[in-house]
Amino acid sequence: MDTIQGILNGMMRETLSPQTAAVAIAVIGLNIHLGFTGLLNFGQAGFMLLGAYGMAISVWHGLPFAVGILFGLGAALIFALVLGVPTLKLRGDYLAIVTISAAEILRYVGRSSLLSDFTGAAQGIPGSQYRTPFTSLSLFGSGSFTLWPFNYLDVAGGAAWVRILGWIVLVALVVGLVYVLRGKAGLAGGAKVGAAVVLGVLAVLLVFFLFPVPNQSTGVNGWWVRFVAWTLVALCTFLVFLLVRSPWGRLLRGVREDEDAIRSLGKNVFSIKMQALIIGGLFGAIGGMIYVLPASTQPDSMGRSLTFFCYTALLIGGAATIFGPVLGSLIFFGCRIGIKYTASAYIPDSVMNAQQTEQFSYIVVGVALMLIVIFRPQGILGNKRELRFDV
Amino acid sequence: MLVAPLMVLLGQSSAGAVDTLCLPGPDKACIAGTLRTEDGVLPDVTITVTDEAGTAQEAVTSDTGKWSVQVDKEGTYTVALDKTTLPKDLDVAKSEITVQAKFGATLPALFDVRTSSYDASTSKVDELVQSGVNGLRLGLLLALASVGLSLIYGTTGLSNFAHAEQVTLGGVLGYLFVNSWGLNLWIGGVLVVLACAFTGYFQDRVLWQPLRRRGLGLTQMIIVTIGLSLSLQYVFQYFLGAGTVRVVQDNPSVRTFGSVTITNQSLVAMAISIVVLAAVGFALLRTRIGRATRAVSDNPALASASGIDTDKVIRLVWTVAMGLAGLSGILYALVVNGIKWDSGLQILLLLFAAVTLGGLGTAFGALLGALVIGLVVEVSPVVGMPGDFKYATALLILILLLLVRPQGLLGKPQRVG
Repeated sequence: MDTIQGILNGMMRETLSPQTAAVAIAVIGLNIHLGFTGLLNFGQAGFMLLGAYGMAISVWHGLPFAVGILFGLGAALIFALVLGVPTLKLRGDYLAIVTISAAEILRYVGRSSLLSDFTGAAQGIPGSQYRTPFTSLSLFGSGSFTLWPFNYLDVAGGAAWVRILGWIVLVALVVGLVYVLRGKAGLAGGAKVGAAVVLGVLAVLLVFFLFPVPNQSTGVNGWWVRFVAWTLVALCTFLVFLLVRSPWGRLLRGVREDEDAIRSLGKNVFSIKMQALIIGGLFGAIGGMIYVLPASTQPDSMGRSLTFFCYTALLIGGAATIFGPVLGSLIFFGCRIGIKYTASAYIPDSVMNAQQTEQFSYIVVGVALMLIVIFRPQGILGNKRELRFDV
Repeated sequence: MLVAPLMVLLGQSSAGAVDTLCLPGPDKACIAGTLRTEDGVLPDVTITVTDEAGTAQEAVTSDTGKWSVQVDKEGTYTVALDKTTLPKDLDVAKSEITVQAKFGATLPALFDVRTSSYDASTSKVDELVQSGVNGLRLGLLLALASVGLSLIYGTTGLSNFAHAEQVTLGGVLGYLFVNSWGLNLWIGGVLVVLACAFTGYFQDRVLWQPLRRRGLGLTQMIIVTIGLSLSLQYVFQYFLGAGTVRVVQDNPSVRTFGSVTITNQSLVAMAISIVVLAAVGFALLRTRIGRATRAVSDNPALASASGIDTDKVIRLVWTVAMGLAGLSGILYALVVNGIKWDSGLQILLLLFAAVTLGGLGTAFGALLGALVIGLVVEVSPVVGMPGDFKYATALLILILLLLVRPQGLLGKPQRVG
């Protein structure tokens, strides 16, 4: 029982971590590329790395925090232009090839010892060099607290069945939420949004009831960075919601479904694709900045694999949906760590050692990505008809 | 599907990778090296290895210049060379070096011993010639893999992002067959190519053909290749760990032609590449099945209408492409003296640059593109590009090319829009 509780605790810690939120923001950006516009961007980690470098290098060299953020966003914008101009007029695979290559080159350049005064080479820039301006903005003061003081330990003396029951209710809430969002519960308009919000809030409260994590208010991995990260996730989701229901959002879908039709309406397809690439890339850059706040800015942590994780998360949640990226990221990170912990708890070391459980969890991720694309390309929340696009 | 042959690696991997003098274990590490000058190896030189606490161990180099010391603590060790035991006319630039010992690994400690008359500088022309030869070598190896990549693209329209893993697979199977199982290199090499070709056949049989039949879009198929690439990468890492493994143990012997130094293995690898590429080219131009392949690559619908069994052609293309990628992988592992879980990934960018440069879907374009990219990557550091950025030149070429001639050198414009 303790093992299972340990695994569940670990999953929840990973799911709520600021880095999950950071990846969720990058996935929201990727959703604009792949989901709404049909652009195959295999270099989202490159956008993240540029955002992170822009912020970290500026602050490290004494520039104000806000300027650092602007540099990060600016770098991502230039990157999008450089990648987009030669490729967006061609077939989709050219963008894929150029983005995956460019993101790798960025990583090589970041690792290069020639630039170690700026990027810190392969070691990267330690978080302590650029984190201070962010933590000094904290509204939460110092010390530590538990977010939701009433927790499972207060009910029936913290017996295991309380937690198990809580878990079942939580899963039921999430499933209910998915049903409401997919429009299968027979609700529409205000009632749908209302029900979704109520279920969502209940789920979050239940999470904190089940997992009373005391944390520092402001430290490296404290509530402040979590609060900012998840608030940004909510803001970005809302922003994308507004963007894709605007006329511009309809243009994006039009480009995805039939470029020629949009062109025949007198729209500039190249420019629409470029705008989508830039906006999605900026989300990636913001994600990158959040990603490095509780860690260090290391080029290898934002390589190809991270892009592929973004793809997996997006496709689990459902491309071309509003909440898909967030749901997908939560499930992706929670499940991956769950697989890893389960493997290390139940598979003897002689079969699979601690290092191998990590790799095993990534093998499962890769296979899962293939299976999702083949058997359920619309993910959890998506609409199958929306994903019949092709490059 | 590729896990089964690799399973065998597990039990055997501890026996590989190092010279027989000292084997690292879970609580033992080795520090080893070979003393040599440009003229030959140095026997009977005393080396002292001292740990942080000051305990010293001595080793004397063998007739082949090799020495090794086993240590049972992790940490920093100072390795010192006793200059008085060196032959008279030799000197060492730095007679003391420090090494971080880690359990389960052999750490190299290399001394730079030179005769007093040795001159390390070479002329620019010599450097250019040498890097040109290296570039040609890299280009030929890239060509083996990229011809297949290009043919797959031509016949199915799919950009196979897992192609790089097939290159790694070739090297890894080479390590398994030759190093772990102790097979003869030639037999092992043939087995590697056959095994890789089989993975191609198998992949098309169980994965790609059913997906084509289902009518899965190309975008989705590309994402499937990404998933495959991701899981294969970690399968390699699962069995090999993060380190480099070698296909053959011995240091390759070196040959000198004028100002060019090249290992025997590289020479043989280049010869094999040229023969195989010529055979593929001949088959494509002169045989029935080759003509059918080019027809499918040109226009699948038309080829199918004129009675060509496109599925059979595509199956053959997958088989041959993966076999070639495997050959490229084992030759690459021999030439650069080792293979790692991400060796293939490092050249993925070069493969795509080569294929795009030559023209997506054209086999001969891929050959030409690969040679150009190989030369550019190896020559660019000589003409002033910092060595760390040599792969970036390939990307630069790719982007410039897409701006001016997106169909590539030998491609046709109607393919790209």
